[in-house]
Amino acid sequence: MSDKTNIHTISLLVANKPGVLMRITLVFSRRGYNIESLVVSPALDGKFSRMTITAQGNPAILDQIIKQCAKLIDVIHAEEHIGNNSVEKELALIKIETTSDKRTDILQLIEHFKGQTVDFNDNDLIVQVTGTTEKLDAMINMLKKYGIIELVRTGKVLMLRGREET
Amino acid sequence: MTTSTKNGAQALIQCLENAGVEYIFGYPGGAVIPIFDALLDSKIKLILVRHEQGAVHMADGYARATGKVGVVLVTSGPGATNAITGLLTANMDSVPLVVICGQVPTFGLGKDAFQEADTFGISAATVKHNYLIKNSDDIPRIVKESFYIASTGRPGPVLIDLPKDITSTICTVNANEAKMDLPGYSIPNEGSAKDISKMARLFRGSKRPLILAGHGIIISGANEELKNFADKIGAPVATTLLGKGAYPESAEKALGFVGMHGTAYANKAVGRCDLIISIGSRWDDRITPAKISEYCPDAIKLHIDIDPAEFNKVLVPDASICGDAKTVLRQLIGEVEPLETSKWLEEIAGYKKKFNLNYKIHGGLKAQQVIDEIYKLTEGKAIVSVDVGQHQMWAAQFYKTDKPKNWICSGGAGTMGFGMPAAIGAQFGRPDETVVAIVGDGGFQMTLFELATAVINKLNIKIIILDNKYLGMVRQWQELFFDNRTSGVDLEGNPDFVKLAESYGMKGLRIKRAADVNKILKKALDHQGPVLIHAEVVKEDNVFPMIPAGATVDKMLLEAPKQKLEKPKGST
Repeated sequence: MSDKTNIHTISLLVANKPGVLMRITLVFSRRGYNIESLVVSPALDGKFSRMTITAQGNPAILDQIIKQCAKLIDVIHAEEHIGNNSVEKELALIKIETTSDKRTDILQLIEHFKGQTVDFNDNDLIVQVTGTTEKLDAMINMLKKYGIIELVRTGKVLMLRGREET
Repeated sequence: MTTSTKNGAQALIQCLENAGVEYIFGYPGGAVIPIFDALLDSKIKLILVRHEQGAVHMADGYARATGKVGVVLVTSGPGATNAITGLLTANMDSVPLVVICGQVPTFGLGKDAFQEADTFGISAATVKHNYLIKNSDDIPRIVKESFYIASTGRPGPVLIDLPKDITSTICTVNANEAKMDLPGYSIPNEGSAKDISKMARLFRGSKRPLILAGHGIIISGANEELKNFADKIGAPVATTLLGKGAYPESAEKALGFVGMHGTAYANKAVGRCDLIISIGSRWDDRITPAKISEYCPDAIKLHIDIDPAEFNKVLVPDASICGDAKTVLRQLIGEVEPLETSKWLEEIAGYKKKFNLNYKIHGGLKAQQVIDEIYKLTEGKAIVSVDVGQHQMWAAQFYKTDKPKNWICSGGAGTMGFGMPAAIGAQFGRPDETVVAIVGDGGFQMTLFELATAVINKLNIKIIILDNKYLGMVRQWQELFFDNRTSGVDLEGNPDFVKLAESYGMKGLRIKRAADVNKILKKALDHQGPVLIHAEVVKEDNVFPMIPAGATVDKMLLEAPKQKLEKPKGST
């Protein structure tokens, strides 16, 4: 697992064009930087896309990476968001092994985290859960002992509070 | 809107004409035949090169010598990949180019079609911006955007990947009515009032200010502003290697260029200043130590750049202004007060006297002498294009540059094979001026086939090959840092360059003795048409001063060291 203390969240507004993602990932990869998670989808105005990237590393180098992303022609703006002025969420699908003796415990745990069972059968179930990265981490940790078969996370999305544009 | 009946290739050529293109440096192939066909009906002159790398370096030399955008046209696949080194060279040094590459038809993209390369993907890391055009109606807009992006802000190369079916189908958009759509592109110009006054305040009380002028001054055309600014605050001016010509090097307050092989007096001044202001330079690792905290630790550091991503990249300045050098200097000059620097200027004059550049004439023909003589014979007025290596540093030291756009040099990328084709491009751009290519035997042989381009176009360039039959700069490092264990640097077996020139139909002259330098160079300059001068210089000479890579200025070597040196750390 990566060192969560040094994770940075960067949001970008970019042109919705082929190749934009490659340009951005090149800024990371030329320094040997890994992208932890990446979410891209069209913005309200379909000419643009929203990207939320999380990456870990030295803050000074990430600052440079953000500036180098911002100067790409197809990037409208790129910013790191810290603190409480934004809402951050992600979604996870978790497939868990279930046996009759463990099922009640597992369902209680899911209930506690306000997860939703989206597939259910004799031997396994899939739970969908949304929330902050920390909440998802906590839930996954607790489910581990019951046997997680598969895990898919969307990666973090972010929006600024109030009328400030993300 | 009027409807056009031009095909994509014809529309492209019209767009290039609208952009004021005089020359296209190019090489044909299957994917660009429609464009070469359309070129026949245009007033734009096609310069047929011998290799795509040569084409990009020519366009680069043209752009550096004129300030205009250089244009290249090559085919798909290997044509495009051969151009990549030229793109890197231009991108590293902020040179405006538009490079048009043919591509396989859109229906063949991604299918390993004949001569297909993922040009868009391969080039992305070596350009300011690139395009893959998939609709012929996009041609006018994209060409307009490309020239705009290449030439504004911090300039750089733009590549357009153009599939063959797109150039063959009708472009319904009139080339004159193209509208740009660049919401993510803004060009800094004026510095903010807050930044200007913050920086201006930091000048107060400085007794030993130093200006570091970079390529940005030349790109911005800020030479006059720089001179006025230096005069007002009474500061000496050092330049970067690419900044040669930003400030007249023969002026009293000029220190020449700083860095690894820069003048000792410029480097001494860097070590002594109490304030350094970089204008249009990026504190490159050839002028700063690996441990940046050791770079003039007691000096106030100020940084003016048009590219905000340059701030805090190498060092964190005490103040910075984002904007165009010319505009920002005009703003700043009104806010700063004259400084009392007479003692500092005396100190500088002392360094210039004590550490003046020199070389010994005895003991065989010296490269420095050849450069010094050509400097004197051309009265320092020639456009000098250099390759990469020892000769490049000697040329930078001994050919003083007084005017902007007269020094053409691959600084950031250090591309061997650049010098001679870049000189050809410069001569196309400024046909009435003397262009001298000063190259080494190693780099010259990487693009020597472009001699044909010089001969066919009856260019007046003078090519001086300083032939020591070695890759001299690497050999110098091996001598100084690797116990003289020379490895892979011996170029014995070089051709007779005079005969080579003659076989291309070009005049070839040879210099073997120090006593002949003046006479033969005179002959070369008097000759109408291209001349190659083969100067057989001493084999083992080293460039000094030298600051070992990554080290601070106090480690500067003025001559060959007596004891063994440590291998350089922290930089290449």
